[in-house]
Amino acid sequence: MCGIFGVMDKRRQMMDGSGIREALSMMNERGSGEGAGYVAYGIYPDYRDCYALHVFFDKACESKAVVDATLEQWGTIECDEAIPTCDQPNLKANCTPWRYFFRPDASLAPGSASPEKDVVTNLVMQINAGANGAEIVSSGKNVGVFKASGWPEDVADYYRIEDYEGYIWLAHNRYATSNPDLWERPDPFNLHDWSVVENGKTTTYGANRRYVESFGYNCSTGTDSEVIAYLIDLLTRKHGLEIDLAIRALAPSYWDEIDRMPEAEQKLNRALRFAYGSATMNGPFTVVAANPDMMIGFTDRGKLRPMVVGECGDRLYIASEETAIRAMEPCVESITRPAAGEPVIGRVAP
Amino acid sequence: MSSNFGSMPLRYRISIDREQCMECGRCVENCPYGVFRWDGNRILINSRNCTACHRCVTYCPRDAIMLQEQPCDYRSHPVWTRSVRESIYNQARTGKIILAGMGSVSNLPIIFDHLMLDACQVTTPPTDPLREPVELRTYLGKKPSKLEFRQKPNGDVELSTELTPNLMLETPIMLGHMSYGALSLNAHVAMARAAKETGTYMGTGEGGLHPGLYPYQDRMIVQVASGRFGVNIDYLERGAAIELKLGQGAKPGIGGHLPGEKVSADVSRTRMIPQGSDAISPAPHHDIYGIEDLPQLVNSVKEATEYKKPIFAKIAAVNNNAENVAAVARSGVDAIAIDGFRGGTGAAPRVFRDHVGIPIEVAIATADKELRKQGLRNEVSLIACGSIRESTDVIKAIALGADAVYIATAALAAMGCRVCGNCYQGLCSWGIATQRPDLVARLDPDVASKQVANLIHAWTLEITELMGAAGINSIESLRGNRDRLRGYMLDEGLLEILDVKSVGA
Repeated sequence: MCGIFGVMDKRRQMMDGSGIREALSMMNERGSGEGAGYVAYGIYPDYRDCYALHVFFDKACESKAVVDATLEQWGTIECDEAIPTCDQPNLKANCTPWRYFFRPDASLAPGSASPEKDVVTNLVMQINAGANGAEIVSSGKNVGVFKASGWPEDVADYYRIEDYEGYIWLAHNRYATSNPDLWERPDPFNLHDWSVVENGKTTTYGANRRYVESFGYNCSTGTDSEVIAYLIDLLTRKHGLEIDLAIRALAPSYWDEIDRMPEAEQKLNRALRFAYGSATMNGPFTVVAANPDMMIGFTDRGKLRPMVVGECGDRLYIASEETAIRAMEPCVESITRPAAGEPVIGRVAP
Repeated sequence: MSSNFGSMPLRYRISIDREQCMECGRCVENCPYGVFRWDGNRILINSRNCTACHRCVTYCPRDAIMLQEQPCDYRSHPVWTRSVRESIYNQARTGKIILAGMGSVSNLPIIFDHLMLDACQVTTPPTDPLREPVELRTYLGKKPSKLEFRQKPNGDVELSTELTPNLMLETPIMLGHMSYGALSLNAHVAMARAAKETGTYMGTGEGGLHPGLYPYQDRMIVQVASGRFGVNIDYLERGAAIELKLGQGAKPGIGGHLPGEKVSADVSRTRMIPQGSDAISPAPHHDIYGIEDLPQLVNSVKEATEYKKPIFAKIAAVNNNAENVAAVARSGVDAIAIDGFRGGTGAAPRVFRDHVGIPIEVAIATADKELRKQGLRNEVSLIACGSIRESTDVIKAIALGADAVYIATAALAAMGCRVCGNCYQGLCSWGIATQRPDLVARLDPDVASKQVANLIHAWTLEITELMGAAGINSIESLRGNRDRLRGYMLDEGLLEILDVKSVGA
């Protein structure tokens, strides 16, 4: 179930959302028409130094006051406005998408190595945990999540994503199994830098959630991608793991493989499994994630869900199906299918 | 001293079908309790001595022997039950504390039986353990919570975190602590061989390590209990790990008790106590009067063994279990075994065994939750023990937060034990809980070790299948994964404490 798609331009050349819309809709057989979403990096150059908060209000008149007040406590709102939308006959809007450009007050997280992100993290957890009719769906600099219940085309047209230009795009075509009406439920999930789309359903949601929540994160939606976004943030930002090691912690090698590794590597991999046993994801999944500097893709170690990688010039593609890549890049130069557990890491040129 | 109780109603009645009986006398030879005796060429029965050990039933070649429990009715009464009345008669006659063997006989609901396991259907595929790996390998010991790296001169990054020693188990099932003394040497050797064969470990109990176990010492967890029986540096150095026994589920708050009848010459040498003397270990460790004393003991044992071995602590599950576990987790130990109130024993006062403590299911769940809350979960591994009866108990205990389990009564049963509960008499007809040489000789270590290994192997296979069905291919993904459990007919308060949802949720 679910189709996922990601594209990155290594030289930060911009792509508008129309191609992504096209690619995602090629995988409509993998969805149920009850959820789709897009996230793009580089879309808010005018506010590049502000954290862009995309928020869904159940009732704008009530919830907005709560969010405004909370944001004022944690920093300064530079600007806020309704996210431009265009009504679609097939979409039933049940919330109001809003965006804030926000400067966190770093002095509220003294002693932190990344105080602004700590403030934004706390803010997101606080608002999303509260019964306040507001849900922050993305919170990074120069990045925004656009998602709703519906087919990919309708969601794209609703948000007019062809009007946005980004150098990394992730997208998700949802096959709903629960809460088809909730707009915050489809992927992508985002926490400041990191955005995640997943095709899968882990068998370790509860264990992973308990682990990540013991570090102060709060999982409010019950979806894998939310936990995965928090896990990646925890492992890379708080625990200082390089991304390749973070992926290995989440999807480790089998013990038999570890036993056959050279000694230093064996020690490292054993240490990762020792330290991060509770963060390890099990069950079927393909995850594509991005931050402003990279796009990554990885699967469960049995590769129970598909992952296809395409390359063409400066573009790197990761998708559930080759057809999605070809929809956007008909003359793609290379198509590969990484082996189970073999991650893909694409970095933007510095 | 006399009493007016006279003959108490029989507990068991043994009868022989005389048509079937061929007077071979095997029952006479096999029963150590004196139920059968020859009278000329006829076998007479004294049912009063029977313990329901089933030895005679097992060895009768004609199936001529039948055992009936409670053949004589009392007037039924919901409050003044048979056991209540019999305890009163017993104590009115003797004026003593009633001792009992094996685990609790309280007829309380068993939480494990009200927890249902999960399986994958359409949204997630099951894993097929016949065709795909399912990892049960378990490491017990302290784990880092975070890893540190350093940059080498050539720019490469290498791990600088040093891992502390862990025990590597091929399956999360260990053989629990039962002492040599309580058990026979043959029983110990059989279990040690089974541990070696199945890639797991076995606890020595607080009875020292007999030289006959030295060949298996790398599979032994040597126990240091409050009596310090059998403890010296040689003992500590031989073990693969060292366990400090602070409490026991069958008798929280009191020490061990080995009746003098079982202290043979060999047991005396191994325990370093006089032959024939009762071995009664103190209730507390007399060097631990507060939690701050525990780290000193942990450190002195670590110093003595040069930090090469994991140190375990075993505690009984009582009301403030979460607090106890968090306190012990800070003492420097590498694993904590929690023993539930249904835990077994060779001998314990009946009132403790049946009334003190809390269930292991609750104890593990609250321990795991509290350790996570306090950021201590990686400091220690958790071992669940006390009435782990079958493979599903193992998997449920792990899903509630344990890393591994100890089994003990189940291992005895695998060697033939019928759970008759008379271990303290020292006359075990199966050669398990006795030191009488002729009885000990009945237990062939080769045969018994194979049976114990078979049990562990069978449970391991079942766990593998259950994990595969749940779409989980490594044991650490099961640990604390309470979302894969559902409570059936458990009350709301208990579900909240277990952090398990109700069926249907």
